[in-house]
Amino acid sequence: MKQLVRLFLAIVIVSALLLWGISSLNASQGYSGDNTLTVYNWGDYIDPELISQFEEETGISVIYETFDSNEAMMTKIQQGGTSYDVAVPSEYTIDKMREEGLLIPLDHNQIPNLKNIDSRFMDLPFDPGNQYSVPYFWGTVGIVYNPSMIDNRKLTSWNDLWNPAFENEILLIDGAREVMGMGLNSLGYSLNDTNVDHLRAAKEKLDELTPNVKAIVGDEIKMLMANEEAAIGLVWSGDASDIMYENENLDYVVPSEGSNLWFDSMVIPKTAKNVEGAHKFINFMLDPEVSAQNTEWVSYSTPNKAALQLMPEDMTSDERFYPSEELTKKLEVYENLGQSNLAFYNELFLEFKMHRK
Amino acid sequence: MNQKVTRQLYMLPYTLWMIFFVIAPIVLVVYYSFLDINGDFSLANYEKFFTPKYLKMALSSFWYSFLITLFSLLIAYPTALLLTRTKHKQLWLLLIIVPSWINLLLKAYAFIGIFGTYGITNRFLEAIGIGTQQILFTDFSFIFVAVYIFIPFMILPIFNSLNQLNPALIDAANDLGASKWTTFRRVIFPLTMEGVKSGCQVVFIPALSLFMLTRLIAGNRVITLGTAIEQHFLVTQDWGMGSTIAVFLILIMFLFMALTGKRKRGV
Amino acid sequence: MDQKLSPVSKFFLIVIFVILYAPIFFLVFYSFNSGGTMYDFEGFTLEWYQELFSDTRLLIIVLNTLVVALLSALIATIIGVIGAIGIHSVKKRSRKNAILSLNNVLIVSPDVIMGASFLILFTIAGYQLGFYSVLLSHIAFSVPIVVLMVLPKLYEMSPTLVDAAKDLGANSWEVVTKVILPFISPGIMAGFFMALTYSLDDFAVTFFVTGNGFSTLSVEIYSLARRGVSLNINALSTLLFLFTIVLVVVYYFINQRLKTNGTGGRK
Repeated sequence: MKQLVRLFLAIVIVSALLLWGISSLNASQGYSGDNTLTVYNWGDYIDPELISQFEEETGISVIYETFDSNEAMMTKIQQGGTSYDVAVPSEYTIDKMREEGLLIPLDHNQIPNLKNIDSRFMDLPFDPGNQYSVPYFWGTVGIVYNPSMIDNRKLTSWNDLWNPAFENEILLIDGAREVMGMGLNSLGYSLNDTNVDHLRAAKEKLDELTPNVKAIVGDEIKMLMANEEAAIGLVWSGDASDIMYENENLDYVVPSEGSNLWFDSMVIPKTAKNVEGAHKFINFMLDPEVSAQNTEWVSYSTPNKAALQLMPEDMTSDERFYPSEELTKKLEVYENLGQSNLAFYNELFLEFKMHRK
Repeated sequence: MNQKVTRQLYMLPYTLWMIFFVIAPIVLVVYYSFLDINGDFSLANYEKFFTPKYLKMALSSFWYSFLITLFSLLIAYPTALLLTRTKHKQLWLLLIIVPSWINLLLKAYAFIGIFGTYGITNRFLEAIGIGTQQILFTDFSFIFVAVYIFIPFMILPIFNSLNQLNPALIDAANDLGASKWTTFRRVIFPLTMEGVKSGCQVVFIPALSLFMLTRLIAGNRVITLGTAIEQHFLVTQDWGMGSTIAVFLILIMFLFMALTGKRKRGV
Repeated sequence: MDQKLSPVSKFFLIVIFVILYAPIFFLVFYSFNSGGTMYDFEGFTLEWYQELFSDTRLLIIVLNTLVVALLSALIATIIGVIGAIGIHSVKKRSRKNAILSLNNVLIVSPDVIMGASFLILFTIAGYQLGFYSVLLSHIAFSVPIVVLMVLPKLYEMSPTLVDAAKDLGANSWEVVTKVILPFISPGIMAGFFMALTYSLDDFAVTFFVTGNGFSTLSVEIYSLARRGVSLNINALSTLLFLFTIVLVVVYYFINQRLKTNGTGGRK
């Protein structure tokens, strides 16, 4: 009994000390002040130096919060209870958030740097006229592979993956749209197809791929690919550039049948308290020098044309990550297919996962 | 003051907890389970649950949970028994729990490294002449890591009930000429049934709804009810279907509790 | 009890401990890797540790995590013990089983559902998300495990013990503090440590109910996964791990010392 009381007292004292430590650290960082801006972003998706630079230039303290999936982030914003000033969702989520009235329209007058964005990436179907969003990074979905593990064969298309020689060599990313999209594209259908027969056909085609599939995984695919756990991976281009940075043997290709074009864009959620600061932040991130520095740090593809001029030539001329206009035309942006179509995609994907050879 | 009132006053925190964090969420989940994907009231989700796909998933969840519980028990019981006989037993017990304080995702990443094609295990297998095997993304690695994670939860209650055993009882059994095995079967094991039971409860039930490991360690080759719920809540955003599966999980849990509760009287 | 362990038993325990700690040593090992990844060891470096100490934000997150874990485990233990004593005193078997089943709902509920339903509850109540909402949720999901750890101890306690105390003139407060609590204290400790484990491990629930700049370590680690977990997280885990081990050992020996100097009674 005495022992219990002693332990509990000790815990209370330690907790009090820790709380005091937290509040003094918070104060030293200026997090508790009034002039703050809460940025809600993916983990490690911004050069931290730029945050300090923004804080110095504007006197606003930035609180950086992170999320790990679009859907989870959207749920948080939907429910309210916390105020995010800037968030960075992917394009299909922006469409949904827009529909549900979760976003505040941007005042383009307050974002003069918007002119730096390549016109190819403006005014896209998920946000006509860029009323609500400004692209932050973009990319494709494609195949990352290790030529030395597959007898130096060259992969160019989705259909190459069905080769029986690749038994147990393929890792897939755990995304219904991505995997189903691969099936649809390989049959020549659109990524946004909602025809039930086409979708069933795509699923059946995917079932045939099962013997080649080693696993369906999440973000750990980067670690697995770089470590040569498998020869071929279906990934987002951002991940591919990380993987190729870690392991130079690997190559990336956007399949010739076409693929997906994705965006992560900055938006102002309706929960924002510091709308003016949010505009300042967005404008700051679009500054050519800032954007160039951020792109080199994050190593995804930037939509900022002015920033490209400031970046090393070997980075910006890499067609794998800055595909030619011609290939870009074959890429499709995910459309918001509506709840029931999306549910059907997911049902088929679940069936594919449960399919055993 | 009336004694009954005092007692109820003491129980107030627990009662409040139960109302707000148990009953209210159950009501919510049951309510959502009747909403179809468009938010209309219907039984569609229940109809969907009774299709072969979900029933198969439920069965395989059961099977894996059963295996995980079984292996956890088989490893945890002797461990707990031996721990009670060490000199600094409380310290060793604490040291069993400490690894579970390290973040699960990090530990899973470590296991990917350990079990991978070029991982430590395979290098060892290579060295002793067995050759590289696929360990990662198999049933074996999934069950291994799941058991790894649950084992402290199994050891703790068993250790506690073993520790409470009156040594005189064992001595008595020995004096009466019982062999070690008989002593264990007739004296030690029955007296620690309570611990074994609560161990099984805290392993079997959560194992049904495991989700992270099914992707990280099993590469989505094992699909459990937990994986499906996760998908429905976070990806499809079909909270109705997710809730329906959750309602079934809760029912299964009630059933499991009722079963383990009854056996007590038999002992 | 100074029974010597047989070599086989010793070997068994060693194997268990090696397996339990293997992934942790893996993480520790790579925290010194200058290569920056968890698979290709290039050379020794302390770079990650330096980086760690210059990261105030991460430091705040670590402290947050510890405070939430300690406080939630403490409060959950208190509520759970009260609840367990309450459940124990319920006479009717069916009612007892019903309460117990409700108690276990949160253990079986997948984290995502718990997180989502808590989030809805907090929103309905108009409660600000942040430290207190996280603390409340952690208390909520830790209570049932404490109850499960304490109950077996209560069942082992013979009812005559309480009756005897009452006959000797103890009032109910004295019965609880002088008889019941000392007897069940191993269960209480077990419950406390389990609650601590749950809190430190939780990601999904915390993610949903946190906000306004408050974050915990697991939320941070999971959100890093998309860009790859960097090795300063390994460095951090290494330090936390060492710190915990030292704390556990020191705590244990201080307790031993106090026990022998004090009443000397064995629990």
